[in-house]
Amino acid sequence: MSGNADQALAGFRICDFTGQLAGAGATKWLAAFGAEVIRIEDPVRQGRWDILRGMEPFKPGQRGLDHGGGFNNHNTDKLGITLNLRTARGKEILAELVKISDAVTENFAAGVLEKWGFGYDALKAIKPDIVYVSNCGFGHTGPYHEYKTWGPIVQAVSGLTYTSGLPGQPPAGWGYSYMDHTGGYYMAMAIMLALLHRQRTGEGQWVDLACTEAAVTLNGPALLDWTVNDTPVRTDDGPNANRSQYVPMAPHGIYPCTGEDNWIAISCRDDRDWALLAAAIKADWCAEFTDQDARLAGQDALDEALGAWTRGFDKFALEAELRSLPIPAAAVQKPKERIERDASTAEFGLWPKVEQTAMGEVVVDGLPVHFSAADWKMERGAPCLSEHTEDVLTRLLGFSSGEVASLREEGVI
Amino acid sequence: MTALQGIRVVELANERISWAGKLLGDMGADVILVEPPGGDISRTYPPFADGDPNRSLYFRHYNTSKRGMVIDLDSAAGQTQFKRLAGSADVLLEAEPIERLSQLGLDYDTLCRANPALIHVAVTPYGRANPLSDLPATDLTLMAAGGPPWSCGYDDHTLPPVRGWGQQAYHTGSHYAYLSILTALLHRGNGGSGQFIDVSITAALNVTTEAASYAWLVAGAEVQRQTGRHAATQPTGETQMRCADGRYVNTGVPPRFPEEFGRLLSWLRELDLEAQLPEAVFLEMGANWEGPFDLSLIGSDDTITAIFSAGREALKLIAVSVPAYDFFIGCQNAGLAVGAINSPEEAFEDPHFKARGFQVTVAEDGQSVRYPGAPYQLPASPWQISRAAPALGEHTDQVLAELS
Repeated sequence: MSGNADQALAGFRICDFTGQLAGAGATKWLAAFGAEVIRIEDPVRQGRWDILRGMEPFKPGQRGLDHGGGFNNHNTDKLGITLNLRTARGKEILAELVKISDAVTENFAAGVLEKWGFGYDALKAIKPDIVYVSNCGFGHTGPYHEYKTWGPIVQAVSGLTYTSGLPGQPPAGWGYSYMDHTGGYYMAMAIMLALLHRQRTGEGQWVDLACTEAAVTLNGPALLDWTVNDTPVRTDDGPNANRSQYVPMAPHGIYPCTGEDNWIAISCRDDRDWALLAAAIKADWCAEFTDQDARLAGQDALDEALGAWTRGFDKFALEAELRSLPIPAAAVQKPKERIERDASTAEFGLWPKVEQTAMGEVVVDGLPVHFSAADWKMERGAPCLSEHTEDVLTRLLGFSSGEVASLREEGVI
Repeated sequence: MTALQGIRVVELANERISWAGKLLGDMGADVILVEPPGGDISRTYPPFADGDPNRSLYFRHYNTSKRGMVIDLDSAAGQTQFKRLAGSADVLLEAEPIERLSQLGLDYDTLCRANPALIHVAVTPYGRANPLSDLPATDLTLMAAGGPPWSCGYDDHTLPPVRGWGQQAYHTGSHYAYLSILTALLHRGNGGSGQFIDVSITAALNVTTEAASYAWLVAGAEVQRQTGRHAATQPTGETQMRCADGRYVNTGVPPRFPEEFGRLLSWLRELDLEAQLPEAVFLEMGANWEGPFDLSLIGSDDTITAIFSAGREALKLIAVSVPAYDFFIGCQNAGLAVGAINSPEEAFEDPHFKARGFQVTVAEDGQSVRYPGAPYQLPASPWQISRAAPALGEHTDQVLAELS
């Protein structure tokens, strides 16, 4: 249970308060590479501060705190314990756990851990070289530090929602929490950077991660266009996100195909790509668009004519034809299509099957990387509430089973 | 000594990985950008400073904190130079076609014989084992194949799915490349060897789609896109509204706690809008509710349903009555997680980020240019743009001298 010695992060122990996706996604990576991630939950509220714990999707016929599909997906291979931090004994046990951990991680609203008596100064007093990474929407300083966020709010305030839309329409935004995923990536980066710093210097630190700042960096060239040229992204009509933002390319869009809600993405990077596409279309109107400047200037008309052509094709048949030319083209894949029809994902090993104590076998999101010497593994599903309390307390902290039973009766765990 | 100080990264210039190289460089790694004799194509990408095609802001943004050298990998002399460079490197970061480096005799098996500690990271559209990786692809087509656009767009499905702007497929591939490098460095620091790491951009996008994947994997259900909110297997209520100044806000999670109903009611009164909301009486009931609400009763219990509906109606009324920024600040001060939908430049100029020191300056063309700053703040290992993006071949002689 203490991580696999051949794995890249074997030997690192994380005292983990993260939840949802923005936090749990970060420690999922660490656990997959063999770090021992110990998730701490509140027995009184039954771990419900992570709203995903008992939330759908559920496997058919299942329901309950130990059955949340998203929770399982984001917490693979972690240990789960409960600790009541309202009690003095609970706080003592947490301090003992911090003492043997390399990092403490959380994504509460700013100041929550401090209020419990485990701010950075307190953590450092317990373990001088501890790495502490907090991840909240606006960070722990600045005028908005008390403001609350979740993925869509981070995306809204940072500029990512505005830039994802079609002209003349409201912002479409991201139809999922791109910044919970990506905020989790930045949190994992921050944890590992701080662990590298500690590995090289022996020194710990507190990393204050503001998810919104990570998000603002993701529109860099547009920001320089603003600071250097005073060119704003905001226009009356709003951006067309399906067009090429920086690199001049046309056509460049998402076009309809046969059947219900079927679409294909096509990009022509240059005149050569266009010539190949025009030869496949074989229509007179193509002659108007022979050179790139004409295609860029006439993009509305070009998109309309191209859409009228693609509309007659099955998206996968057209994808195959355009790829044979070859020009950049890809069907807009639905979940079932990219998971089951597109062999590339399964061949990459992207959908591992884990065993979750209450749910049984479940297929989860794997990692999109492979290491030749020390690859990731996902074997165990998310912990049921308090599933590993006895294991952690006896194996790591030296309690006897009898003591664990008393702590349970006293409401400490 | 900081987290990445002295770690040498050799990056073979490619727009798909330039973000990973910048993330490494800004944390203090010695990133050497290797370009072909004519320069990387991204040097020609707009936007340009003052319209000057030799001053690509795209290239400048993605290549801060790197040194630049030119190597002609197609020449024997260039291959020798590259081998020496790779021999001195901790990390090789590349996004070449599958067979390219082995054809040149510069593949991992060759390079690791001279440098077993080398961490070689290859980023491709489908991974190194899949010939699809060599097909032409853009950020847009990778996104379509990888899944995000299916979830993004409008309630009206006659409008096409939307691809989020700004090279986010390349960013996502780069994020995973960077995560991999940090992991492999920690492994090496604990006595592990170097290794080869295969990163797939479309696989990265597949696992960056939240419930779209796991609703299918767990429950066999497919999400459908909706305007300005999460794609879902069942339709959900709108969360985006247009404010008095024409700008939009995301209304986030409507009030759920008695104190939130109370603050909302006070704000409505301050704005003198209470008379316009017939449901205000239910806000008052919500404010005076004893104990937490049983959220599972929304829809079945008439009183609880009316209270929660009044909360949403109050938000709508306030939204159309005040500018987006005021709505954001007012809601947040009432404890509600709401966001103004800013354009990138509005986000950049926001007082919060300025107060946190997010805007940094870089000396360029004899001017001081404002750049976006740190994605995370490590006080003991500070993030910093150590230099502006290199001119073509700016450090070729310097690096070659270091190697000899």
